[in-house]
Amino acid sequence: MDSAVKEKKERNKISVFSNGMKTELFLIIVLSLLAVFFAVTSDVFFTLSNLKTLTRQASIYGVIAIGMVVVITSSGIDLSVGSVTGLSGVVAALLMVNGISIPVSIIIAIITGMFIGLINGVLVYDGKVPAFIATMGTMTVVRAVIMLLTNASMISKLPEEFKAIAQIEVLNIPFLFVVWLVVIALAWFMTSKTVFGRNVYAVGSNREAARLSGINIRKTTYGVYIFSGLACSIAGILLASRLGNGVPTAGAGYELDAIAAAVVGGASLDGGAGSIVGTVLGSMIMATLRQGGVLLGVNSFILEIVIGSLIVGAVLLDKLRR
Amino acid sequence: MPLEHENIIEINNISKEFPGVKALDCVSFAIRKGEVHAIIGENGAGKSTIIKILMGVHTKTSGEILMEGKPVDFKSPLHAEKHGLGAVYQDINLAKDLSIAENFYMGQLPKTKFGLVDFKTMYEETKKTLESINVHVNPKAVINELSVAQQEMVAIGKILHLKAKLIIFDEPTALLTNEEIEELFKIIQMLKEKNVGIIYITHRIDEIFRISDRVTVMKDGIKVRTVNTDETNENDLITMMVGRNTEHMYEIEQPEHGETVLKVKDLCRGKAFRNINFEVKRGEIFGLFGLIGSGRTEIVKCIFGADKKESGDIYINGQKTEINNPEEAIKNGMALIPENRKDEGLALGLSIIVNTNMVAINKVSSYGIINDRKSNEQTTKLVEMLKTKTPSIHQLVKNLSGGNQQKVVISKWLAQESDIFIFDEPTVGIDVGAKQEIYKIFGELLSRGKSIIVISSYLPEVMGLSNRMLVMYEGRQMAILDKSEFDDKKVLKLASGIS
Repeated sequence: MDSAVKEKKERNKISVFSNGMKTELFLIIVLSLLAVFFAVTSDVFFTLSNLKTLTRQASIYGVIAIGMVVVITSSGIDLSVGSVTGLSGVVAALLMVNGISIPVSIIIAIITGMFIGLINGVLVYDGKVPAFIATMGTMTVVRAVIMLLTNASMISKLPEEFKAIAQIEVLNIPFLFVVWLVVIALAWFMTSKTVFGRNVYAVGSNREAARLSGINIRKTTYGVYIFSGLACSIAGILLASRLGNGVPTAGAGYELDAIAAAVVGGASLDGGAGSIVGTVLGSMIMATLRQGGVLLGVNSFILEIVIGSLIVGAVLLDKLRR
Repeated sequence: MPLEHENIIEINNISKEFPGVKALDCVSFAIRKGEVHAIIGENGAGKSTIIKILMGVHTKTSGEILMEGKPVDFKSPLHAEKHGLGAVYQDINLAKDLSIAENFYMGQLPKTKFGLVDFKTMYEETKKTLESINVHVNPKAVINELSVAQQEMVAIGKILHLKAKLIIFDEPTALLTNEEIEELFKIIQMLKEKNVGIIYITHRIDEIFRISDRVTVMKDGIKVRTVNTDETNENDLITMMVGRNTEHMYEIEQPEHGETVLKVKDLCRGKAFRNINFEVKRGEIFGLFGLIGSGRTEIVKCIFGADKKESGDIYINGQKTEINNPEEAIKNGMALIPENRKDEGLALGLSIIVNTNMVAINKVSSYGIINDRKSNEQTTKLVEMLKTKTPSIHQLVKNLSGGNQQKVVISKWLAQESDIFIFDEPTVGIDVGAKQEIYKIFGELLSRGKSIIVISSYLPEVMGLSNRMLVMYEGRQMAILDKSEFDDKKVLKLASGIS
């Protein structure tokens, strides 16, 4: 073969490779490398009990991140997720200690979370308040409401059956993880197979074109924030069960982890791009780092430096590849 | 070669490959000082790629660029600008929330001796530059407050201000009225006299004969030929470009017109337009002509429910119909192919299939769940019918050429099987070949009993296509003319407010 042609073929190969490599594949590689690293450096990392702890923790963050990525794809943002997570846990706890049955308490807690989502949607769509500001407002207000509801103290003596939610296992798989899988499956179906999901991408990609195509922007906006509220309230109930108490500060700061998982997973804060699978992988990478770091006894500040760098690094690499 | 014709830029054997596409293949030509060098070619011929390589937006795969005899390789538009290259793009590239002066001095604000911004010098110098091209606006004015034409003039001013040696105009007249085009040509003439080299990219062949000295014709990434403008003619150029004759381009067979499908009565919306009255019949093309800012786009947006009306009624098929938003307009059989396809027509970052099914999503879904097979079939059918050039229906729309993007916008409405198609500037920035295909689609729509409203600022297009025409001037309806009354002087007079 003539050398110029050969050279050209080589170049094509490289370019095809770098363009064809999806964010998800890249994340799987990162996750595998992390797992191998921790497996080698720590004896306990690959034990069943450690993996169970890891997935339990990852599941709670993971469910919130799923809600977040849907909002981000519509070119919004939801900073209230941490507060809503805390609220639903506290609402469920308060109801239960006052003698309401567990299922009813859970349902009311979930409705509360979705209602906060609706408020976010109304503020963003009807009030035209930028999503960042609107949800920052609800974040602050909801946290204050939690403090008022609980007098800023823990609600203990939750029913054992409720605490069991976080402990039970299905075929040796933690139930929390099963819940996460169900949320993932539903969200994947919703974003890729339903009209609502398509509309979320369309609105996020070009709001005006979507409006002129007859897409109901109001419904779509309400929908994404309500969905995020739903995800947070599920996470809040799981978290309360795991903690065994209604903790007023529960969920504080979770919004940043959720945004990080979505963005590491390939979502664009400009909207129109976001992947459920990517977000799941993003959540798993962060959880693995946290858990692995703890096992190795890494100084927690050093660990935060690593996680912070990872978030920026992942996005940076993704931009460079494109 | 005489000294004053020394080349400012020489492009030697430039090639550019994108993954899977060879956008340019060994292209060479040169721009002389003080000449207007037109580049023409169909969409995808490689015109924009050349410009982007010159301006440092893309890097070339091979070849060399000489600037005044020295090899250069610009890494970014800023880098290119520093070496005296400037470009006026079709979609104006200004910081819209800043003042004209701040745009002129962006990145190099002058400072007083205290290190603060020297606004006085900024405003004075900006004013001088603007006046040198006959633009009389306050340098403190914010870009957003200016008309499109003024914005374009400001963009030109900014480049002059940078003392560019080579200026690239990419479709500069697409959004300008005839008067404004005259102004622009005067400026170009002035630049020529100052020995500035000019690259002029256009789809309007008549303009080439008005202002260019030489023409380079491109086709499929290859340079066809560079010729002296006075040694060629329109037909030769078109033949070089596409290999077909365009004389009968606008001739569309119009079927017998049926009943009135749309009637607009006394429609008003603030200052945008007052008391608009017209009817559109089944199977006809109704033209809407006016200069930019005359209210034509505003009228159709209002009919389509995208903007609220102030008063007046809309009748569809004889029924008085309230249309409060695009959803209701769509339900009543209306389709809007907006002026600005990138901002209003398409979700550029999404695929053809998603864009195509954006309106008629209910036809490929049940209970809110999309049927992938149906949605694939629908899209494939429309891609084939409209001859959209794409490797796959999953291709992102931003990777398509202008003409093919426009076809995707049209396909949304074909999927919906709308009855009244409103085309706002359907052929802006689209080459001759794609234009013809769009007109063919018009004919197809009419034969299926659809009606078309077409807005265009290109008079031969509206006159050639439409059966009747409403002429606007500053929000006022000046006249509705029948085909037999069409006369370009008469229409232009009306559009300038002279009745």
